[in-house]
Amino acid sequence: MTRKRRRLIAVLVGMGCLGVAATLVLTAFNENLVFFYSPSDIKTKGVPQGRLLRIGGLVEQASVTHESDGKTVDFRVTDGSDTVTVVYRGALPDLFREGQGVVVEGKLDGSGAIRADSVLAKHDENYMPREVVDALKRSGHWQEGGAPPQALREAKP
Amino acid sequence: MIAELGHFALILALLLALLQSSVPLIGAARRNFTWMTLGRSTAAAQFVLVAAAFAALIHAYVTSDFSVQNVFENSHSDKPLLYKITGVWGNHEGSMVLWVFILSLFGAAVAWFGDNLPPALSARVLAVQGMIGAGFLGFILLTSDPFHRLVPAPLDGRGLNPVLQDPGLAFHPPFLYLGYVGFSIAFSFAVAALIEGRVDPAWARWVRPWTLAAWCALTIGIAMGSWWAYYTLGWGGWWFWDPVENASFMPWLVGTALLHSAIVVEKRDALKSWTILLAILTFSLSLVGTFLVRSGVLTSVHAFAVDPRRGLYILLLLLVAIGGSLSLYAWRAPALKAGGLFAPISREGALVLNNLLLTVAAAAIFWGTLYPLFSDQLGGPKLTVGAPFFDIVFRWLMAPLLVAVAVGPLLAWKRGDLLAALQRLWAAFAAALMVGLVALYIAGGGPLLAVLTLALAGWMVLGALSEWAERVRLFRVGFAESRRRARHLPRAQYGMTLAHLGLAVTLAGIAASAWQQERIEIMKPGDDVPIASYTLHLDGVDKVQGPNFTAERADVTVRKGGSVVAELHPEKRFFPLQQMSTGVTAIKTNLLADLYLALGDSDGKGGWTVRAWWKPLVPWIWIGAVMMALGGVVSLSDRRLRLGVAARARVPRGARAAE
Repeated sequence: MTRKRRRLIAVLVGMGCLGVAATLVLTAFNENLVFFYSPSDIKTKGVPQGRLLRIGGLVEQASVTHESDGKTVDFRVTDGSDTVTVVYRGALPDLFREGQGVVVEGKLDGSGAIRADSVLAKHDENYMPREVVDALKRSGHWQEGGAPPQALREAKP
Repeated sequence: MIAELGHFALILALLLALLQSSVPLIGAARRNFTWMTLGRSTAAAQFVLVAAAFAALIHAYVTSDFSVQNVFENSHSDKPLLYKITGVWGNHEGSMVLWVFILSLFGAAVAWFGDNLPPALSARVLAVQGMIGAGFLGFILLTSDPFHRLVPAPLDGRGLNPVLQDPGLAFHPPFLYLGYVGFSIAFSFAVAALIEGRVDPAWARWVRPWTLAAWCALTIGIAMGSWWAYYTLGWGGWWFWDPVENASFMPWLVGTALLHSAIVVEKRDALKSWTILLAILTFSLSLVGTFLVRSGVLTSVHAFAVDPRRGLYILLLLLVAIGGSLSLYAWRAPALKAGGLFAPISREGALVLNNLLLTVAAAAIFWGTLYPLFSDQLGGPKLTVGAPFFDIVFRWLMAPLLVAVAVGPLLAWKRGDLLAALQRLWAAFAAALMVGLVALYIAGGGPLLAVLTLALAGWMVLGALSEWAERVRLFRVGFAESRRRARHLPRAQYGMTLAHLGLAVTLAGIAASAWQQERIEIMKPGDDVPIASYTLHLDGVDKVQGPNFTAERADVTVRKGGSVVAELHPEKRFFPLQQMSTGVTAIKTNLLADLYLALGDSDGKGGWTVRAWWKPLVPWIWIGAVMMALGGVVSLSDRRLRLGVAARARVPRGARAAE
């Protein structure tokens, strides 16, 4: 084999590897995009079941119930116009409270409830997740005067 | 008064940095020796000034001078002294001062240790360092003044975010910054080389120790951050593909690639232009990382208040630094003479594979981390990229790299014999098979991927050891002869072996998490919960008063086969000042497995949520990282790098080809 030929093969193999890598990356990427919805979006837009998604809003007052096994928590998330029920098994973040902002990551089940994998709650009096602010603004339930973010704490099951 | 002196020192440092970024550069172009050497004195003076400013800020924190706004916002008089000091860099302004402090430290170090550098190269390197320093000092003075006074002075401060009041986290930023900023030296050398239009093995030998030192610090910094997340966040995870983690991981990946490609430049005078590009990219990613984390674009514990002026300045700085250096690269890189040729199957080839996979992995992470930001800014849908994306991509990109890590060092330079290398690795292969089978047996058919990963770790360990055995010709010459050879192996050789072993240890720790056990239970005092081979017994939950918090503290007795092996006390702390609560986990480790307890909420009926994990091999993740960093330090102590001497023409046989 001449040197030119060998170099050509090396370049082709390299390109092939890169191509495979790029395909892999892009496929994995498309499959794992997690879109953000507000509770109104869940009600009005057709949101696919079984796909990972995030919703954000306020935890509705008097909606948090602990199931009898002690580990599963149900609560409703509202953006002022609509609410979505969330079922979460695991430990909630320290500052999870009714009336405060949360972002929930999980999947929509057949009954229209979210089976949550993780609950992100604000970790500071002043903080509100940005997605929640935007969702509240869109539904017209936002009061100006939110302070800048300081901390966000994540809880997973 | 002292705060004003600190402020004044920063202004002086900025002026010096401006001087340093121009005069030596002109001197180098005009071959004016006096002008060239000016950079060395200004670098030293800049260090003294920034150190003074940093000390002034620490002084304000230690004495709780609440007339300084920064202290007022981030400290409190009843905070323990350690956190008063570490609180200095627990906020935006202070962390920027720390950044510049480390930058000036590195600049001064180049001036001190750079005696053997050609004066023109030294002048250009220091000039580039001066530019970076000027950019950051300007940023601090224009947008983030840490010494801003409040009139009238408040009586007490607001306190530091309780999450940050932790010894592990206290030293995480300094190490991370040592890494980030350390790469600025490689960057400056790269830009200087582009200006000169010349890269040679000597250049690589000067760059490598700095890169290595920065890489070690970054490795430790990332490991500390991950360890902190593991023991504080209270659900046993240690890596979440969170944007702030990715921000520090990208420079690490590209920096690792740089570390390896610099070897090729040094030994074989090849891959020069690529190495320059890597040096630029590594520091650029460090800059992006610093700002991504600190600017508030990403919401996390790291993000501080957002100020649009800062955002604009940051964007401009990134544009000038990254855009400028890449343009210079595009303009000058073709002028670099290509060096030695090599066959695809060779040591160089293996290192190219390493570089390709590491940079592609970094690119994928970059894409996944920044795509949501772009999407949001460009009016696209709001989204995040799920952790599975990173898991899948990273796993498949790293698998071939980890297989190759055992083979690469056994290949000869220029043209290697893959078959011969593999033959020498039959022992490693057998060992890998054994590890896999044993794991399969222990786990009773655990997840296949985890078994394979564990086998891969075994392959890497034996690969690294057999490469060492090959070098000292173990069992092929007499034992005394082998020992003599082992003694004469360069330190860099041992550094590499240690670092590769560390990688294997970390990998094993990651793989074994597939066998972890988890229990989340409501426990009343007197209840028992079994986990792995242990039984947890809740004795009770007490109220405890801390210096600046109150806590609920559980007393848990851990028994194994009837005998008590540990008393664990997971806590839930409440900080009245910030109205925040944080958990404090309790971990019992025997270095082979962790028993991990976190206390949750009371159910109001006398019961408490207790989360318990048994995590096999999890400490190995950080032990491996420490081994990698130690490997770097050992390699750094190599005579060749320590003295910075030119390569001796003849190296004793058997001690050749250190890396």
